[in-house]
Amino acid sequence: MAEKGVAQVWRRFDSIYNLIGTHCSNCGTYYFPPRLVCPKCRRKGKLEEYKYKGLGKIHTFSIVRQAPENFKRQVPYVVAQVQLDEGPRLTAQIVNIDPEDVKIGMRVRVCFRKITEYGEGGIIVYGYKFEPTMIVTGHE
Amino acid sequence: MSDRVAIVGVGMSKFGELWEKSLREITLEAGMYAIFDADVQGKEIDAISIGNMSAGRFTGQEHLGALAVDMGGLGNIPAYSVEAACASGGAAVRQAYMSIKSGEHDVMLVLGCEKMSDVSQSEAMDTISVASDMDWEGMFGATFPALYAFIARRHMMEYGTTDEQMGKVAVKNHYNAQFNPWAQFQRALPLKVVMNSGMLADPIRVLHSSPITDGAAGLVMCSEERAKEFTDNPVFVDASTQATASLALHDRKDICTMDSVVLSSRRALERANLSIEDIDVFELHDSFTISEIVLTEDVGLAKKGEGGKLVDEGITELKGEFPVNTSGGLKARGHPIGATGVAQIVELALQLRGDAEKRQVEGAEKAMAVNIGGTGATSIVHILGR
Repeated sequence: MAEKGVAQVWRRFDSIYNLIGTHCSNCGTYYFPPRLVCPKCRRKGKLEEYKYKGLGKIHTFSIVRQAPENFKRQVPYVVAQVQLDEGPRLTAQIVNIDPEDVKIGMRVRVCFRKITEYGEGGIIVYGYKFEPTMIVTGHE
Repeated sequence: MSDRVAIVGVGMSKFGELWEKSLREITLEAGMYAIFDADVQGKEIDAISIGNMSAGRFTGQEHLGALAVDMGGLGNIPAYSVEAACASGGAAVRQAYMSIKSGEHDVMLVLGCEKMSDVSQSEAMDTISVASDMDWEGMFGATFPALYAFIARRHMMEYGTTDEQMGKVAVKNHYNAQFNPWAQFQRALPLKVVMNSGMLADPIRVLHSSPITDGAAGLVMCSEERAKEFTDNPVFVDASTQATASLALHDRKDICTMDSVVLSSRRALERANLSIEDIDVFELHDSFTISEIVLTEDVGLAKKGEGGKLVDEGITELKGEFPVNTSGGLKARGHPIGATGVAQIVELALQLRGDAEKRQVEGAEKAMAVNIGGTGATSIVHILGR
């Protein structure tokens, strides 16, 4: 299917590997996913690349128990909206934790993981997931 | 320019898993019922508008405008195929409304259709996901139920909405569907069964979710002037509005409020010169039961956070003060994606005509439909009146 093309993933490597979004130097707003136009300033906006620190907290989440083909092998998995410290929110999986222990407000940091495989002979997509910061630092 | 736009005929195919019928058969069926109901001749119809989300992926067929004209034997009239994910049906109704209002067309056939059972359940899930932001939500494993689970979990945390309240919406809508001969599930559903149903994406349970459905719905719409040629009992479109919000749910400041719904419903009430208390019957897009709760708040039936309480108090039940989803809603009437927005209007037109039989809301004079696409990125509101 269309969304499983090689080029379609390849052209977004910067963002999905390195969490590169955009920052509008006119109004100061940070965007992730990167935007092509600043919705606040439109033609007056000046968007430049910005690499996120990869730190944030869980805004909301769900434990997915029924998934489409590409994610079937991962169920149950946690998917969440992560509020990045710079402001924007993104959607990503939460790993390195028992799904039942995930909570709203929990601090998380970015990690690099396999996202999915596009079937037999299809490409393997890598990119960002998030893990609880306390697992890495050893405290809350 | 036409003053008002009238609905003079309504029709539906059966909703359900219709293994023996193809997309073109169900679409034709709904269209013909609408035409017979209006008692309009084929030669009077001067255009078709058809709503569909993803026939290309569900059945391998696109170009539905031409398909509908051809199958209906309607010759060479123009046809407009419109798409707005789960709001495609509402978009088709609005397309016809604007065409007639502008004077470009006089009598139009409006169709909505979706044939979902020709693909496997996991392919269907994949296709439904394309209504979200596929690059930044779907690709990372956020299924459609998971996105509504994001809303539900925040709503539960911020306002204390409960699993039981989300369950009661399903119970209410199934109760209503018992009296709707076109509904997919014409049977009651005990709360206990809902609350014990498996999790799709916590806290969304299987029985909080609308099903996979095949179905089509149709309307005949025309200018007020022409309406009397076809019926003594026309229903009028008092307002048709539409608004947009961010495609991805994560880009919204408050994920428990659909700004698109707030804006389009306020504007519709303004245009119709009505307040929310004047509306007698509602069809609100309950793709998941949490969305009915959120929508009752966003149209102004309840304060933000009190949509769950509204259900507890029975206000939205068939015999309540403000009945919501008398047809059974998406949950129990079924949710053939592109057909839903048209089916909502069919239900409300029947209610206003007094033809809703056992689910009739006595003396209904004003009705509102809210049809949303994705997680509320598109909202289309229609207010109907007598």
